[in-house]
Amino acid sequence: MTDARVPTRRRVVGGLGVGAALLASGRVLPARAAPKPVTIGFIYVGPRDDYGYNQAHAEGAAAIKSMPGITILEEERVAETDDVVKTMQSMIKLDDATLLFPTSFGYFDPYMLRVAAQETGVQLRHCGGLWDKTKHPMNAGSYFGYIGMGQYLNGIVAAHASKSKKLGFVAAKPIPQVLINVNSFAMGARSVDPSITTTVVFTGDWSMPVKEAEATNALIDGGADVITCHVDGPKVVVQTAEGRGAYTCGYHANQSALAPKGYLTGAEWNWAEVYKMYATKMQAGEKLPNFTRGGLADGFIKMSPYGPAVSEAARKRADAVKAEIMKGGFAVFKGPLLDNTGKQVIAGGAAYPETAIEIESMNWLVEGVKGSLA
Amino acid sequence: MNSVETVLVAMLAGALRVSTPFLFVSLGECLTERAGRINLGNEGVLVLGAMVAYATSYLTGNPWLGVLAAAGAGAALGGLHGLVCALTRVNDVAMGIAILLAGNGIAFFFGKPFVQPSAPGLPGIPFGGWSSVPQVQSALTVSPLFLVGVATAFGMAWMFRAARLGLRLRIVGDSADAARALGLNINRTRLLATMAGSGLAGVGGAFLSLVYPGSWNESLSSGQGLMAVALVVFARWNPVGCLGASMLFGAAGALGPSLQAVGVTSYYYLFYAAPFVLTLAVLVATVRPGRAVRGMPGELSIAR
Repeated sequence: MTDARVPTRRRVVGGLGVGAALLASGRVLPARAAPKPVTIGFIYVGPRDDYGYNQAHAEGAAAIKSMPGITILEEERVAETDDVVKTMQSMIKLDDATLLFPTSFGYFDPYMLRVAAQETGVQLRHCGGLWDKTKHPMNAGSYFGYIGMGQYLNGIVAAHASKSKKLGFVAAKPIPQVLINVNSFAMGARSVDPSITTTVVFTGDWSMPVKEAEATNALIDGGADVITCHVDGPKVVVQTAEGRGAYTCGYHANQSALAPKGYLTGAEWNWAEVYKMYATKMQAGEKLPNFTRGGLADGFIKMSPYGPAVSEAARKRADAVKAEIMKGGFAVFKGPLLDNTGKQVIAGGAAYPETAIEIESMNWLVEGVKGSLA
Repeated sequence: MNSVETVLVAMLAGALRVSTPFLFVSLGECLTERAGRINLGNEGVLVLGAMVAYATSYLTGNPWLGVLAAAGAGAALGGLHGLVCALTRVNDVAMGIAILLAGNGIAFFFGKPFVQPSAPGLPGIPFGGWSSVPQVQSALTVSPLFLVGVATAFGMAWMFRAARLGLRLRIVGDSADAARALGLNINRTRLLATMAGSGLAGVGGAFLSLVYPGSWNESLSSGQGLMAVALVVFARWNPVGCLGASMLFGAAGALGPSLQAVGVTSYYYLFYAAPFVLTLAVLVATVRPGRAVRGMPGELSIAR
């Protein structure tokens, strides 16, 4: 009983900065027997139920909530500023959290690094690809999934559905994680039909509902008939596209309920596996890995079930490629590969599978993508 | 359609749909300021209106009830502002910021369960039937709320010029001494003007959540309410000017995404700044020393 009350109460009073009473109750709790009690904090940049990035993490957090001995703390809408330092410190100092997941990209540097250096007894793991053994503290680390593979499959399905041979991508910021997705989507489509182009529109930030709607409309006005996105909450993009009669491929979570007609498939996170792994290791007192990666085969990501508009041919082809990916070593990016300015970015003979560290510093858009980084 | 046409159609669509929240908030703010009070809280009212409209539409299934509820919630928050500002030595700018934070806070707190569900939105009226181009048809699907906003702008302009109510409001806003001499109840007039103004801002919020982009989440407004307050200065406290300024702002806001969609992909951060650059340029071009604040009500706390 008391166990379940802590996160709720904390959530309600969290904004007021009242934590002293909770500290007391948190210290009385861990009388339970077997598994070692561990308090884990999750920090989200947006609302937990945004049909997107934050919802995917919150579902992962919910999946470990019921594990015995695990207490979950969650705080939403924490800005990528000094605010996140305050949140992390209050979780550590007031709630005795020993493992923190600041999930948003911008939390890492300098905020999480600063806290990691100060609080050496606490483990921090950041979602993204930024942790570097040579530069960063050993109680910090990062985890990520190869969701680009999901976007590659999205691209294959999108190519089959498109009649105009124009696809649209609503993207937030031109950072490597986003560019991997844009390029993977475009290459998936081009693997079906090399004449297909993908137009990318950058909105400039993770959650800009009006710009996302404008971008979706503009892409459809420009002739695109399948839209996908990489923004925090794909709800606006998916609903706008459905309203305009265009197809959509989802991202982060399953958005099929928002577009019963036009939703083709989607690349979803499956963080439950990752968080379970961390929680189990933490309880057993084992050392946590600093650098965790996984893809479709590891269950880190999954695909949404196909929508009604997906043809038999598309299903077959996507399933076949998915089976290839599951075997491991499948390389989307292999040379010779040109970017969209005609420059060779991968030399002939080189092949980068999902695990290749090279693609995590991607700073180009592949041939067939209309767009630029700045 | 070629690229130029696509961008022009997107700007037309932007002028008709991105503009509407700006229009309602700036009209509301114009009304409040003409009565001599500033209400920076209208950003918070916009967010609260969006949440209340979405929640009401979701729970009752009727989006028009959502619009009414948003107006009511806005008027209530505006009433609080009006009542507190009527006390002596209360600064309306500071109070407005408190109202802004309160509106955001209430909306975020009660809006949590409504982020995920899909509420029925307001249907648009198709004016594009004459065109065979689907892009034009989509751009010309105008929300009835936009038409309400246009009618309100002209109605309000007429009221300020010719109606007894509007003239009294202007006296209260321009000279408290003159209003007292005429036996007008200054505090009551300002309270009612603030309530009506915030009610309009609430309707602007309803447009955001029920029409475009037509979904509720916490980053929905991202400062549009504050921009609209600035547009009132830009429009020189003239309701029809507010309409023009909002449409210009909406059209300029559509420039960034649509240019990228047609292949003008560089410098998109600059194009996203277009509405602000445009506002600045027009202000620089029209403001001259000596008559910089033409049209400003004399009783505004920043004027005194």
